[in-house]
Amino acid sequence: MAEVPTVRVGVLALQGSFKEHVSSLSKLDNVVAIEVRTKEELDSVDGLIIPGGESTTMALVAQRWGLLPELRSFSAKRAPIWGTCAGLIFLADQASGQKEGGQELIGGLECAVQRNFFGAQINSFETQLPAPPCLLQYGADRDTFRAMFIRAPAVMSSGPQVEVLAEYKLTAEEAQAQGRSRVTVAVRSDHLLATAFHPELTEDLRWHQLFVDMVRQRKQADQKAGEQSRVDVTATSRPPLTKDLPIYTR
Amino acid sequence: MAETQKGTFAVKVGLAQMLKGGVIMDVVNEEEARIAEEAGAVAVMALERVPADIRKDGGVARMSDAAMISNIKKAVTIPVMAKARIGHFVEAQILEALDVDYIDESEVLTPADDVHHINKHNFKVPFVCGCRDLGEALRRIAEGAAMIRTKGEAGTGNVVEAVRHCRAVMGAIRQLQTMDDDELYVYAKEIRAPIELVRQTKHLGRLPVVNFAAGGVATPADAALMMQMGMDGVFVGSGIFKSTNPSKRARAIVQAVTHYNDAKVLAEMSANLGEPMVGIDCREKGFTSYAQRSE
Repeated sequence: MAEVPTVRVGVLALQGSFKEHVSSLSKLDNVVAIEVRTKEELDSVDGLIIPGGESTTMALVAQRWGLLPELRSFSAKRAPIWGTCAGLIFLADQASGQKEGGQELIGGLECAVQRNFFGAQINSFETQLPAPPCLLQYGADRDTFRAMFIRAPAVMSSGPQVEVLAEYKLTAEEAQAQGRSRVTVAVRSDHLLATAFHPELTEDLRWHQLFVDMVRQRKQADQKAGEQSRVDVTATSRPPLTKDLPIYTR
Repeated sequence: MAETQKGTFAVKVGLAQMLKGGVIMDVVNEEEARIAEEAGAVAVMALERVPADIRKDGGVARMSDAAMISNIKKAVTIPVMAKARIGHFVEAQILEALDVDYIDESEVLTPADDVHHINKHNFKVPFVCGCRDLGEALRRIAEGAAMIRTKGEAGTGNVVEAVRHCRAVMGAIRQLQTMDDDELYVYAKEIRAPIELVRQTKHLGRLPVVNFAAGGVATPADAALMMQMGMDGVFVGSGIFKSTNPSKRARAIVQAVTHYNDAKVLAEMSANLGEPMVGIDCREKGFTSYAQRSE
């Protein structure tokens, strides 16, 4: 058996559900999960998760600390990035339903997203969606996954290079209001993964496994190409002050 | 395919989880809401008068005008919260019908029921409630609150009560973790909280829902203090729009909550903010405590 290389996965920790992502990642083998707030921390990781939260807040804080160009160059190196919910908005080439004056995006993912597609919180929901083949490799016995949509965005259209991993069939009422019967809620394109829902709020670790494998493959490819491993920053993250919230089943 | 379910407890707690590490700001009109959004607030609390003015004006404070809440909803894309009086489940029904994203069952408004709180399980919209100690927090969660905040003393610009309530909750949880499981029954009785939630809290080492600081936070340092004490985020009420430079102060508090552990950043955020709101000493004669209006 070949040794499985350890990868460092960062979670952008400006605001939102970053601790939940760190907690999910730390349940997987051969993964070091760190919170990323600075350029130095970003330079030390092999892949990055942009968590759920308020995309306007994250954009503003990232901009204030000059992180946006750093995030764009991280993506330009084709280092894997996974955006959940607000993170999906960050990665999209186009986002509608933004605040007045718009917001800064990282871009790179050839799709158009509608922010807050389902409306106010009372329309937030959870459901079971069919697991795509790339998820079934981590547990073929579970052919669905639990998807939590919290004031969630949706992908309205995507380019030819973008692989659709999951779709949500709108309820009759939603279909009536939106003039369409389904929307895309998970996509993958080269080094980018994006989901409108929140795997970090569930016990299902398969989406995290999928992303970690994307990071590992990328790292192995880089090492073959002779690229030096990234700067090793050890004393980066502070000890956790708050403990994990429970995961609520229905 | 399993059915779609709205308003599950996981979905209610989920929105609070997305607000963590953020600042929720009180606003009284669309213009203030826009300033708050522009400054990086994760949500706004729409109300007719900020707590400092409710204190000044006296009288009965009620749910805000429905049109005013709707207008604020139209002005911003971030979540909009609104306050209902304690026990006033019809105000809550109205707020749910207005599509607000979170309801604050708040002691800042004059309580409508001085014994019972709203049965929050009856709603799809999630609720946040205030607390002064662990027992009060767990009673609210038992009633269906999906998010907790300290009560503090709203409208005072004085963080002392928020600190007291935060220490009471955190200290009780630390004490709980040292207890034998056999001792939990009497402890639950003593703090007047359901045994299941007491057990869960001991197991988790924290409240089982998101826990924000509120009631007296006025500066970036106040906000960072609450974060370093282990809170998940911060409500700022009168502290922003009762100061001389609301936009700058709002931005500074947002940055302070993200970088709460970095004193250099906090120093930068504490520079040239203009006058803060005038504070009130909670020990002054004639001071009305809002925190003690419910238990």
